[in-house]
Order: sequence, then structure tokens, then C-alpha cells
Amino acid sequence: MLVYLLRRIAQSVFVALAMMVIVFFGIYMIGNPVDILISPDATPREIEETMARFGFDQPIHIQFFTFVGNALQGDLGRSFVHGESAVTLILHYMPATLELAALGLFFSILIGVPLGVYAGYKSDRWQGRAIMTGSIFGFSLPNFWVGMLLILIFAVELRWLPSTGRGDTVEVLGIRLSIFSENGLQYMILPALTLALYKASLVTRLARAGTQEALVQDYVKFARAKGVSETRILFVHVLKNIMIPIVTVLGLELGSMIAFAVVTETVFAWPGMGKLLIDSILTLDRPVIVAYLMMTVLIFIVINLVVDIVYTILDPRVRLTGGST
Amino acid sequence: MTVLQVEGLQTHFFTDAGVVKAVDGVDFSLDEGEVLGLVGESGSGKSVTGFSILRLVDPPGRVVGGHIMFRGQDLAQLPESEMRRLRGNRIAMIFQDPMMTLNPVLRIDTQMIEAVRAHERVSAKAARDRAISALAKVGIPSPAERLGAYPHQFSGGMRQRVAIAIALLNGPDLIVADEPTTALDVTIQSQILAEVQDLARDTGTALIWITHDLAVVAGLADRVAVMYAGRIVETGPTDAVLAGPDHPYSVGLLGSIPGHGQRGQRLAQIPGMAPNMADLPPGCAFAPRCFRADARCRAEAPEITVRGSGGRLRCHHPMSAGEVAT
Repeated sequence: MLVYLLRRIAQSVFVALAMMVIVFFGIYMIGNPVDILISPDATPREIEETMARFGFDQPIHIQFFTFVGNALQGDLGRSFVHGESAVTLILHYMPATLELAALGLFFSILIGVPLGVYAGYKSDRWQGRAIMTGSIFGFSLPNFWVGMLLILIFAVELRWLPSTGRGDTVEVLGIRLSIFSENGLQYMILPALTLALYKASLVTRLARAGTQEALVQDYVKFARAKGVSETRILFVHVLKNIMIPIVTVLGLELGSMIAFAVVTETVFAWPGMGKLLIDSILTLDRPVIVAYLMMTVLIFIVINLVVDIVYTILDPRVRLTGGST
Repeated sequence: MTVLQVEGLQTHFFTDAGVVKAVDGVDFSLDEGEVLGLVGESGSGKSVTGFSILRLVDPPGRVVGGHIMFRGQDLAQLPESEMRRLRGNRIAMIFQDPMMTLNPVLRIDTQMIEAVRAHERVSAKAARDRAISALAKVGIPSPAERLGAYPHQFSGGMRQRVAIAIALLNGPDLIVADEPTTALDVTIQSQILAEVQDLARDTGTALIWITHDLAVVAGLADRVAVMYAGRIVETGPTDAVLAGPDHPYSVGLLGSIPGHGQRGQRLAQIPGMAPNMADLPPGCAFAPRCFRADARCRAEAPEITVRGSGGRLRCHHPMSAGEVAT
């Protein structure tokens, strides 16, 4: 298990390095941030001074090595706009996005798994078909539209939930979170539901396919022959078998939920990383964009690692082979 | 005392290609502690008969006719909730492939304890103790430790023992065993057969042993029923049927077993193939492959005749009746 983990971490380091190359040169292609940073009527001398201050006058490979050198020390540069360290800036906005993604993930499991298992159980009845048809909407409706629709229904018409902003936050271990305050939680429900809708449809479809496959297995028939109730068969025998693909997909999707909550955060004016990214792209705030992308890579790497570890908990067969190496 | 009395059992599969009469008019009965060997080729309906008794036939299959009288109640008419209470409790089943019957992601103790607690309100501790004694009964060494293991940590033979232990947990009146030793190698097979025989004798549990292997039946069963194309064509005490089979199909089955003194000779085989169950011939289903068949066999299906030995037969021209009249 330890060897396996070490090997995975080594792979991750390589992925991170490769990503650094791609991110750095990719951003370099976008444009010169100096054009936006200083006023158009600045003298060539002023421009050159600014270029020198940020190190843009150096050849690109020198710039790259400086970037890697700093990055390895945890320094991804200072925001041109905010003047703060880019990493600090991202870390400041990150908790809001993380808690939103976590609640979204929770909703998608809460909605997707029972619906999918039920749809698989009743796959040739109208209930199963109705759930499947419904999941198509979850897939195909654009995120921003769903968000606006939810605001229209629950905030404007019914007035049950607030529409935009973050609400009260509570400090937990030095991080400001909304999820633990009742008022803050109310602000989270609509954006989290918007984020969850697509994933919930995905989980529904996965759970349905898995359930259909599991239900014809001998172990289900044998459990029936033991007199075990249908509920227990579905939610113990079947569910534990179908959780493996669901955990894999959800793990990857959690990454994308954190990294690309941009649209949802914009619709709900949620002050998270996604909104920071949009603002930074508009001002070509290079260090923040780079830091954001590197952070995203890091999140994906960590999540993949966690997924692999969760596997071993879900599937005893993986545990055994892992333990013997 | 009679435990199970099956009368005119019909289980049909409603497929797109037409109605497949997998089981079409099967009768047999079983006394306490009796072992019935249900023999036939693949597709003869023997497994479907077993699943019909537990009402576990997968759709599009359905029990469409007949009675399954178990201790005075007709299982064919029983509501599903009451049927569930009988399954694993009064009637247990053992499946063919031990690699597939245990849930790979649940520990053995989970799978055994749930079988006890599905039927009785007992503490987890009591259920666990019962599981341990059941595992010990089927010859699993250090059962208390093995309870915490997962199925993949057992060999095929051991898994089948676990499945048998699960079947024994609630002391059922009847166990339906669907080719439980077919997937195992011969030494394990004979061990398990011997153990099951002892267990059935000790507990008075009646046993339906479904198999295609006549050698297994010879050593285990009190009575044998030979199935062909969804019907029992011959039944009787094992010794009588094996020593002097009356139905040409039984003769063919026995003839195709490799035996002593046959070295160098070709094995006898039954000509032709098992019939297409969706399109059976109008008369006797075996007629196209039968060396004694005549026009009557092809036109009219034989009814059941009761033999002197207590056996029953479906044949116009049984072997003991001498040469075929032409």
C-alpha cells in the first residue's frame, strides 16, 4: 500500500511539472499584460521600466526558470491588480468555492443515487423511464439558465431563499465558512443545487446502469433465496457494488466542480475562486490566472489520490492486492 | 411425512420468439429427509423447476400453472411477502457457481447474519454464533476467524461450503441444490456430497439435488427423476431406475457414461440435439431422437403410467415392455 502510494505521488509530481510548462507558455501566448496595466498614453520609457520591473524584458526561457524557481518555493507571483500574493488571493477565495462544491456534491449523491437505484430497479416500468427522461434535462439544460430559473422560482416568486451573495459566515479554524451558519446555508442552497443538477443526472445514469447490471447477478438471486428483503438487497448488496464507478466519476467531477464553478458563481454573485478567475482574465492578471490553474491541477491530483484510497475501502479485492505489494 | 408435493407445475417464458414451455407439467413429491435427484441435459428445465419452487424465476419467466404444496400451503398462490418469509428459512437454495453466489464486497459474517436476521429477531451475537456453528458443520476450519473474511479469500470449494452453511442456517425443511458441485473438482465434489448426505440425514431435511451427473445421483439420491424438454419422463427409486431404466432417454443417458470394461470402445451417445424449447414436436418430445419411436410417438404425447416399483413413466414403448410392435 505504501509503495503504491509513493508511486502515485511521484506520478503526481510529474503531472504538476508538465502542467507548469503548459500553463506558463499558454498564458504567455495570450498577450502582454503591460498593455492593460499602464495607461495607453505612457511613454516608451515608462513601458520599458514597467516591463523590467515585472521581468518581461527577459528572454522567455529565463522567465520560465524564474517562474519554476519561485513556484517551487510556493510563490506564484503577485497579482498585478491587487498587489497581493496570487496564492494568498486564491486561498482567500477558495473556501467559498470549496464549501459550495462540497454541498453540491452532497446534493448530487443525495438526489442521484436513490433515483438511479430506483430507476434501475424499475427499468422497464414507467417510473424508471420517467427518471431517465428527467435526467436528460439535467444534462442538457445550461447551468446559467438553471441558476436563473431557480432564482426566479425560489427567490422571486416563492421568496423562500435568498438569490445572491454569501450571507453570514462563521469562522472555523481560521477560515470563514457559510455552511455552518443557518443564514449562510440558505444562501448556499440555490447555487449548490445548480451545481449539483448536472452531476445528479450523471450519478442517476451511472447508478441505474450499475443497478441493472447488479440485479441479474447470482449474488442478488442468492440474497433473495436467503429471504433478504428487497430494500436491503438494493441498498446493501447492490449499492455497495455500484459505488465504485460512482466514486470514481464523482471524484473527477468534484475537481471540475471546484475548478469550473465559474458560471454558477457569476450567476449567484458568489465570491469564490471562479469569480476571481473571471475578473483576473478580464484584466489579464497573469499571476492569478497561473496560480488558479496550478491550484486546480493540485486539486485534481489530490482528489485522484483520495479516490484511489477510497477504492480500497469500497472494494476489498483491491485492498488485498494493494496490501501484498 | 410429505414435505413437498408438486403437481402439474408449468413455468413458461414469454419471449419475443414465442412462449417457451421450460417446465410443462411436472409432478413429484418429497418426504422428510428424502433426497431426490433431478437429472437431465442442459435446457431440460431442471433448474427452472428448482427456481419455480422458490418462486425465483427471472422474468420473462412465470409459474403459470400447477400447485407447489409445501407443508399444506400452495407456494404458487402465496403472496410475495409470505414467500420471502419462507425463502432461506423453511426452503433454502444452493446455486451452481460458488464464485458468483456470494456478494464480493460484503464480508461472510454480513452475508450470514443477514440470513438469520431476515427471519428471526435475534441479537447480532446470537446470529453470529449460529453462523459459526453452521460453518463448523460444513467443515470450514477456524470458522470464527473466517467469518471476517471476504469471499475472494476463499477457494471455490470453500465458497460452496459457505453457501451450504448459509442454506443450513435456519434449519430448513427443504433444500434445493442446483448443480452445486458441477463447478468444483472431483475430490472436493465427493467431500461435499458426503457432507451434505450426512447433514440431510441428521437434520431430516429433504433435498432436491439438480444435476446432469448420474454418478452423483447414484451415490446420493433416494429417488431419481429424469427430465426431458420440461417434463419428467421417468421417475423411481434410484437403484431401480439406474439398474433397469424404462425410458429410452434414461437408457441413452446411462449409456453415455464412461464405465469399466469399455476401454477402446466408442461411448454410446444419444443422436441428435436437445429440442428447441420454443418449437417442440407435437408428440413425444424425445421421438425425433428415439430409436424406438413410431408414428404414434410422433403424433401423441405419452401420458404418465405408474410402474410396479412405484416409479412413473412417460413413454409409449418402455424398455421393459419388450420389442416394439410394428
